Amino acid sequence: MKIIAVCGMGIGTSVLLKINAEKVLKMLRIEATVEAADMATARGAAFDAQIVLTTPELVESLKGLNAEIISIDHFFDLEELRTKLSKALL
Amino acid sequence: MGLLADAFGEGSILIKESVGTRSAAIEIAGELLVQSGKAKHSYVASMLEAVERFGPYIVIAPGIALAHGKPSEDVIETGLSLLVLKQAIEFQHAQNDPVQLVFGLAAIDHESHMETMAKLAEVLSDQDRVSTLLTSSDSDQIRVLLG
Repeated sequence: MKIIAVCGMGIGTSVLLKINAEKVLKMLRIEATVEAADMATARGAAFDAQIVLTTPELVESLKGLNAEIISIDHFFDLEELRTKLSKALL
Repeated sequence: MGLLADAFGEGSILIKESVGTRSAAIEIAGELLVQSGKAKHSYVASMLEAVERFGPYIVIAPGIALAHGKPSEDVIETGLSLLVLKQAIEFQHAQNDPVQLVFGLAAIDHESHMETMAKLAEVLSDQDRVSTLLTSSDSDQIRVLLG
């Protein structure tokens, strides 16, 4: 399974999302690769992805992708990530 | 890989009473990267542009912003800066306002700062350490806290 973490520039927000999503996936024992991407490359990167993780502000600009879009408010709240990811994946 | 504090160059941490605007806060975090030799002055403009273009999504958790541009020739080496505000400021973020910790990030590429970011995530996930960061009045103490 492939998950894309998207932010405007692809180095800050998306990288933090990737790091914490990987932690949560491990907890949930779900096998998946998580890639960080910026807004410019997100569409290309997401074509075979199941889930796109991003921030509430960017959801609108990512609409129309095949993948399910999950928006995360608090990046260091692993519980929020766990709840949202398990709802989408389990 | 060394300590998270190593990503913060000399003079890259500043504690300030208040700033006037969100842009001013981002500019200061950017100038701290410039002063500590991590980025050229032109990088600061790209940090501001990111927020103008994509909105205040850089407010990644309650009270915490991570201001950054993207990897380019404006970046000299990967590094972080930190502006601690005694008086919180609005970033117009729907959930996570107001902001008191403004981190600046410069990265030379999309990969090489992964470990630094993992360590930063660890510190910022720790509510006790975040509280101490907020009440600290000494940048050397902050450096120690960052580990």
